[in-house]
Order: sequence, then structure tokens, then C-alpha cells
Amino acid sequence: MVSQSLKQAFVGIVGAENVMDAEADKHSYSYDAAVLDPVLPALVVRPSEMDQVGRIVKLCNDNGLPLTVRGAGSNLSGGTIPSKGGIVLLSNALNKILEVNEEDMYAVVQTGAITAKFAAAVAAKGLFYPPDPGSQAVSTLGGNVAENAGGLRGLKYGVTKDYVMGVNFFDVEGNYCKSGSKTVKCVTGLNIPQLMVGSEGTLAVMSEFILKLVPPPQAAKSMMAIFPDIMTASRTVSAIIAAKVVPCTLEFMDNFTIGAVEGFAKVGLPTDAGSLLLIEVDGHPAQVAEEAEKVEAICKANGCTRIQVAKDAVERNKVWEARRAALSSLARLRPTTVLEDATVPRSKIPAMMQALDKIAKEYKLTIGTFGHAGDGNLHPTILCDRRDKEEFHRVEKGVDAIFEAALGLDGTLSGEHGIGLAKSRWMEKETNRASVLFSKRIKAAVDPKNVLNPGKILGE
Amino acid sequence: MADLNHMLKLLNELDDQIVGCMRCGMCQSVCPVFAETGREADVARGKIALLEFLSHEMIKDAEAVKERLDKCLLCGSCAAACPSGVKALDIFIKARAIITAYLGLSPVKKAIFRGMITKPALFNNLLALGSKFQGFFTTPVNDIIGSSCSKLLSPLLGDRHLLSLADKPLRGNGTIDTAPGLSGLRVAFFYGCVVDKMFTSVGEAVLKVLRHHGVGIYMPVDQVCCGVPSLASGDLKSYEDLVRMNLKVFGKGDFDYILTPCGTCTSAFHHIWPLMNSGFSQSERETIAMLADKAMDINAFIADKLGVSKAEPAAGAKTVTIHDPCHLKKSLGVSGQVRTVLGANPNLKQVEMAGSDVCCGCGGSFNLQHYSVSTKIGKKKRDSIVATGADVVAAGCPACMMQIADMMSQAGDRIAVKHPVELYAQTLG
Ligand SMILES: Cc1cc2nc3c(=O)[nH]c(=O)nc-3n(C[C@H](O)[C@H](O)[C@H](O)COP(=O)(O)OP(=O)(O)OC[C@H]3O[C@@H](n4cnc5c(N)ncnc54)[C@H](O)[C@@H]3O)c2cc1C
Ligand code: SF4
Ligand code: SF4
Repeated sequence: MVSQSLKQAFVGIVGAENVMDAEADKHSYSYDAAVLDPVLPALVVRPSEMDQVGRIVKLCNDNGLPLTVRGAGSNLSGGTIPSKGGIVLLSNALNKILEVNEEDMYAVVQTGAITAKFAAAVAAKGLFYPPDPGSQAVSTLGGNVAENAGGLRGLKYGVTKDYVMGVNFFDVEGNYCKSGSKTVKCVTGLNIPQLMVGSEGTLAVMSEFILKLVPPPQAAKSMMAIFPDIMTASRTVSAIIAAKVVPCTLEFMDNFTIGAVEGFAKVGLPTDAGSLLLIEVDGHPAQVAEEAEKVEAICKANGCTRIQVAKDAVERNKVWEARRAALSSLARLRPTTVLEDATVPRSKIPAMMQALDKIAKEYKLTIGTFGHAGDGNLHPTILCDRRDKEEFHRVEKGVDAIFEAALGLDGTLSGEHGIGLAKSRWMEKETNRASVLFSKRIKAAVDPKNVLNPGKILGE
Repeated sequence: MADLNHMLKLLNELDDQIVGCMRCGMCQSVCPVFAETGREADVARGKIALLEFLSHEMIKDAEAVKERLDKCLLCGSCAAACPSGVKALDIFIKARAIITAYLGLSPVKKAIFRGMITKPALFNNLLALGSKFQGFFTTPVNDIIGSSCSKLLSPLLGDRHLLSLADKPLRGNGTIDTAPGLSGLRVAFFYGCVVDKMFTSVGEAVLKVLRHHGVGIYMPVDQVCCGVPSLASGDLKSYEDLVRMNLKVFGKGDFDYILTPCGTCTSAFHHIWPLMNSGFSQSERETIAMLADKAMDINAFIADKLGVSKAEPAAGAKTVTIHDPCHLKKSLGVSGQVRTVLGANPNLKQVEMAGSDVCCGCGGSFNLQHYSVSTKIGKKKRDSIVATGADVVAAGCPACMMQIADMMSQAGDRIAVKHPVELYAQTLG
């Protein structure tokens, strides 16, 4: 609960129409895309000017009110669930693209700008912003930076962190802080921009970013390679990289997912195939032609039973239609979709797939797996009905077993979806106690009252 | 209050449908209302979360839920884009019926639906009277669009620029009942309220096309509203009354197709009547299923059943741009056919607007309840139309035609608003 006078203080900052405290509104800010129980905030505020943000943060800190920033609420780890109540600050009205600099190839943009719209705006100026999470049509750049979001092009182009040159933010006392630079090289002081990347709203409220842009690739070629089993596909992934070809995209789908995609999107995949790789190479046309040939030969040499190289844009789109349909096709099979993010070193994908198979059998779960094979980032997707308590209990156990397996294979809890609430209790297992304490000391130093997104990443 | 068992059944169906929402938020990218307000309660995900709260904890604050549910165009963009296949539109229609049953219908809506629209004789007489006297209240503003505005009625109508009611409604032609001609086909013609009373030129164009192609016509004048406006307001009783009246008129099914020039009416026959049929008897349900099979949009009929040939644009051809109405494209999948139909007119060159299938913001009663949001959405559509430099904009839904006309007339644009069938009919001798 927030007192009437405190509510009036927020109204004084953003106006009555941008403060919501009706129960019916609070419900719609109690969840995100993670399958976790909802928690209602006390109040929701929607600033549209940057100076309002600083005043909101200060007000929260002065009153010890938890503050959770919400972009699109599309994160998959509970990052925007206001688990301690308090204030939800909506960033989606702070969405201006302030500068696109073609000469120096950077852009300055506000936190609430939508990823795909930003990418389109820079593309219109002949530049390229590569990070492309599957949620880019709705996700905000602030959410991307806070989660260090990845995407389909991660293998060659890296993820969000590789494009963050500067971050401006409000500290918990509401002071406006600048960090980073518009220069390609900058080693002034601590690397604060990179500290902000992946901090999930626990250290500061970010306001603007300086993002690196690159020249767009001149050409691209896509192909779909079908394999009898998971081992041959994984071997192929390693062989492609060993041959010094770095595709921009190297995606994977297991037999179950292939069946689901074919059942729904009907793109002509063989449902008896063990697994499938979707590969795209890009760059200079001559290099693309050469690399595409190389990749095709490697696939064939490693047991690929069929390969379909896209001849034109229509065929290329078909390849990506299959990939885009993966999650949708799985999600339609059962009411609840638990999308996980276990990531292992590339060479351990077969071992991880075996582990997933075992987990599915042991806990009697339906798991379809697809993901970014090129960087070992798999998305085992558990299909269930969360209304069935017994089944959901098995799902929770299965999820724990998935993390356990990934860590056992030198992997990580999260390749791109963040820790949030969902995985905080595993932090020590992946790193170690001293490391978690170190992070906690940083948090305590910059946010002594534990106001900023409390309980996320580091738990209680 | 409606039958409790019936409501419980709907509530259970709702629970099974909303559980499929994975809260991914992807519907944010297509919802026209969310694009204006940025509020989660205005997008499908937020509404579905509210309904979950409603069905699990029973109704704590049904008024608040209703208010948020009503802030929706029922455009179906969210359902068409949902990766998880959640039928948000179906959910919202059922939910409105449940909430209205719980809270009761507002007196104004009761007067409109129960006192007027379900009493066709009275409804038609009232509008006939309106058509006689409208000239006293309104001033013409745009000759190309045919719109006028009214200072006198502005407390009621706001700044809207309206199109006039027709001097003589389409039903003034009397019932038409002719045998199949050369085509061997016979169709029922369901004109819908707005075509009957305002866009009679669209209705006349349909008749001209059908006659030209030797199609037998059954156009009974005792047909009534398709029921969607009542249902959108949650008034299940009026909806069921109207559907029953129409079942009586069209129940014999002695025609090959039942055609409408209105995306919403076609989707009512095709999708909404079968969806909301639990209050009907077995034999009524069978008639509903028969009509669902036979229902077809006029553009689809012309393109797919009559077959038209493409004409090369003549010198001096005017440019036409096409708005894809939500119910036509997203519910029925009709968009290519509209282009085919217009392609038969040599005096037109087609030019695509950006986001041709983005909602125009009308949404029936949404336009009345939330005129300012409706206008913001509509202005974007107007901008996309103007940016094409077209002379004419074609839209296969009379409600969209009214909204687009209002937006363009207010902006002083000199672009005509036509139904594709009118433009096609121009090519016939
Ligand atoms: C269908 C689907 C596909 C997805 N695909 C991918 C994918 O391919 N790759 C990937 O990495 N992720 C993916 N995700 C996850 C999610 O989209 C990303 O985590 C995304 O970055 C979240 O952005 P958002 O704007 O929704 O942030 P939100 O969910 O609103 O917030 C995420 C976190 O960022 C914090 N935050 C947001 N803005 C600020 C700010 N200004 N200052 C401080 N903290 C802030 C929030 O407090 C929260 O902790 C997917 C999700 C879905 C539903
Ligand atoms: S797109 Fe579909 S599944 Fe995703 S939040 Fe919207 S309604 Fe739910
Ligand atoms: S039906 Fe249209 S207006 Fe309503 S929630 Fe869906 S997309 Fe938004």
C-alpha cells in the first residue's frame, strides 16, 4: 500500500493520468513472460520525460519503496514481477531515438524504444544493429541491455553487450549519471556500461544508451540441413566452426520440434528427421558464395541426409519461417509453455541433449528442444498444464534437473534470458559463494536500502 | 440475468482458452489501442490476465474489468499474431457476455438493442424519419467524401464528420427473389444495417454485379442486423433474438452462397454465430452451421466464383489504395481477392499504403465510448492513405468506410471513400 500523500507526490511528478493504482490495473503489471506466480505492485507510474524518472527514483528511495522498471515485460525470468510490491515504473513512453550518426556509426536512444523499430530506423539510414531477440517486435532496448539479450545472430555478431558503448542512468538517489562514450575506444574509469549490462534493474534505472552500429552485410545465403540424429548434427556444428567458417546464424531443432512445426506451419520438413540445422552465412557476396559451398560440403560429409540451399528471398524466408514457427508450434500443443535457457559449450550439445532425454523420461515430461546451436544456447521447452498441480510439480523438478545438467557440463544457467527470480537460488552453484558476496557488496554500495528491483539475481 | 448454467458453461470455456496465453507479450506489437495508450490493460495479454483473476477469484470488481474489456476494438489483430494460438477475440466476446449478464445491461444499451434494433419495424421507421430530417441539423462539408457535420448535435456526435442516411434504404427495393441465370448460381444477399441505410450505393452495386453475371438473387427485406453490435456489448439476449429472426428468413438455404458486402457481417455468419451457439436448439445450430458454410464476402465471390480478368490501367487511370478491414483480412483471410476485383477496373491503378491491414480504429461502439483513442488510431490510417497520393481509398467494410470518411473529411482531404464492389461495378455496362 502507498499512502494517499505519497500517491499524490507521484501524481505531482507525472500527472494523474500516468499513475495507476486500481486493482484491475495492478493485475496487469503483476507478471511477465516467466511461468511464475504474479505479485501485485502498489502503484504503477508512467513517466514521459527523463527528469520525471530521477524524481520518481528519489521518491522511492526516500520512502524505502521497492522500484521495478518494466519495459515490455517480455523477459522470461521474472525480472519485472514486483516481488516485493512497491512501484512499477513503465519505460515505454521514453522511446525517442535521439541521434543516428552515420559517420561515426553509433546511435543514442532512450530506454523504452522498441528493438525492432530501432533496428528499422537505423537500417533506413543504411546501418545495422545486429542483436535480434525473438521478442524484438515488442522488447525494449532497456530490457535488452538489462538482460543482455541475445538473438539469432549471436554467433557471428555477438549479443547486446557487444553494442553498448555508453549508458546514462539515474542512481538510486535520483542523480543523473553518464558513462561510456561515443568513441570506439574509451577506457576512462571503471567499465560502468558493462556493469549495467545484465544488471536486470538492480543497480540503477537506465535512461539512454549509446549503441554501436555496423555496416550491413551485402549478401546472405540460408540453408536447411536435415540429419538422421542429434549426434551427426552436433558434429557438423563443430566441423563448420573448425573449418573457420562463422555463420551469422546456426540454429538447431530436435525431432519433436520438427514434428510440431510440420504439424502446425507445414513448411515441408521431414518428420522422421532426427534433427535439423538452419544456417545462414553473410558478408561480401564472393565470401558468401564460398562459405555457403563449404558449409554444404561439411554438412554432407557429416551425415546430413538432405540439404536445401535457398535460391532466392522466397526460399530464404521459408527457412526462417520454420525457425520462427518453432516456439509457436510447440506452444500450441499444451496450455503452458516453460521455455528454458540451458547453455553449454558447443561440444557438449550432444551430452546435454542426452541429459534432456533422460530428464524427460525420469519426470515424465514432454520436452521439445531448439535453439542457437552455434553458441550452445539451447531452449528446452517443457509443455504442460500449470493447472495440473502434480504435473507442474514434476515440471519444477525437471527444470532443476536441467540446470543441474547444464552446470555439470561446464554450462551456464542462462545464455540470454537472465536470472531474475527464477534462477537466483542457483547463482552460487554456477559461480561460488565469494563471487555472489562480491556482487552483493556492489549492490549494497549503490543501493543501500535495497530499493532497486529487490530480490532479483542475488535473491534475498 | 441470463440463464446461470449457460453463463457457467461460458466461464468454463473461457478458462480453457485463457490458460493457453503464455504471457509472451507479442500481442503488444499489433494492438492498435496499446500503440496509443501503452497500457497493459489495453492489450490482449493484460485483458486475459484480468479475466484469469476474474474466473479464479470470482468477481471482485466487475465494473473495472468490464471497463477495461470494453476498451478494445475487437479487431482480432492480437489473435492473428499470437504465437500460442490464443483466440483472444473469441475470449473477449464471451467475456463481455458473461460480465454483462452479471452486471446487467446499461439503460442506454438496453434502449438501443432491446428497444430498437431487435424491433426491426420500429428501427427502420426511426431511421427513415432521421433521413428526412437530417438536412435540418447538418451542414455538408466535403463533396468528394459526401460528409457533413453538425454544430447542433455536437454534444451527441462530437466533431464527427458524418455521412448522410440514404433517402431511400436498400430495402426500399422490396424483396428480390430470382432464379439462377447464366452462371447457374443463386445467392442470398445479406446487406447489413449500414449498407441498407447509408451506403445504398454499395448495395445497388452488388445487385448490378450479380445481375450482370447472371446470378440469381434472394434478398429478403425482413432480414435484420447480424447481431454483432449487441454481442459486442455483451447483450446475449438481443444477439440471440436477432440471429433467430435471420435464421427464419434464411433457414431454407435455397441458395448456393450467402453474400455480404461487410467484413463484419460475413465473419458473424462464418465465425461468430457458430462460436456463440450454445443458446440455440439443435436444429437452429444446424442452420447456423449451414449458413456458416455458405457465407462469403462479396469480393471473394467475385474473384473466386465469378472469375474476373485483369485489365491494364488505361491512360489517365486514377490511383486507388486499399484498406484491409480487420474482420475481412484477419478473420476471413480475404485480401488478395479485393486486389483482384479492383484490378478488373481499367480506370484504376493500385498503390499500396503502409500497413494496409492496420485497424482504422472504428470498432463499432468503441468509436462511441473512446472517440479520442479511436480518432488517434484513425488519423494514422488517414496519414497512410494520404501518403500514397491516391485519389480513392477502397475498403470492404461499411464501418471502416464511415471511420475513414470521418478522418479524411476532418482533415479536409479530397479523396473518395468507396467499397471495392462499387469500383468494380463501374466497369460493367
Ligand atoms: C517469444 C519470446 C522470445 C524471446 N526471445 C529471446 C531471444 O531470442 N533472446 C533473448 O535474449 N531473450 C529473448 N526473450 C526474452 C526477453 O524478450 C528479453 O529478455 C528482453 O530483453 C526483455 O525486454 P523487455 O523490454 O521486455 O524487458 P522487461 O521484461 O520489461 O524487463 C527485463 C528486465 O530489465 C529491467 N529493465 C528494463 N528497463 C530497464 C531500465 N531502463 N533500467 C533498468 N532496468 C531495466 C527490468 O526491471 C527487468 O529486470 C524472449 C521472450 C519471449 C517472450
Ligand atoms: S501474443 Fe498470445 S500468448 Fe502472447 S501474451 Fe498475447 S495473447 Fe498471450
Ligand atoms: S482485439 Fe484488437 S484492440 Fe482488442 S486487444 Fe486485440 S489487438 Fe487490441
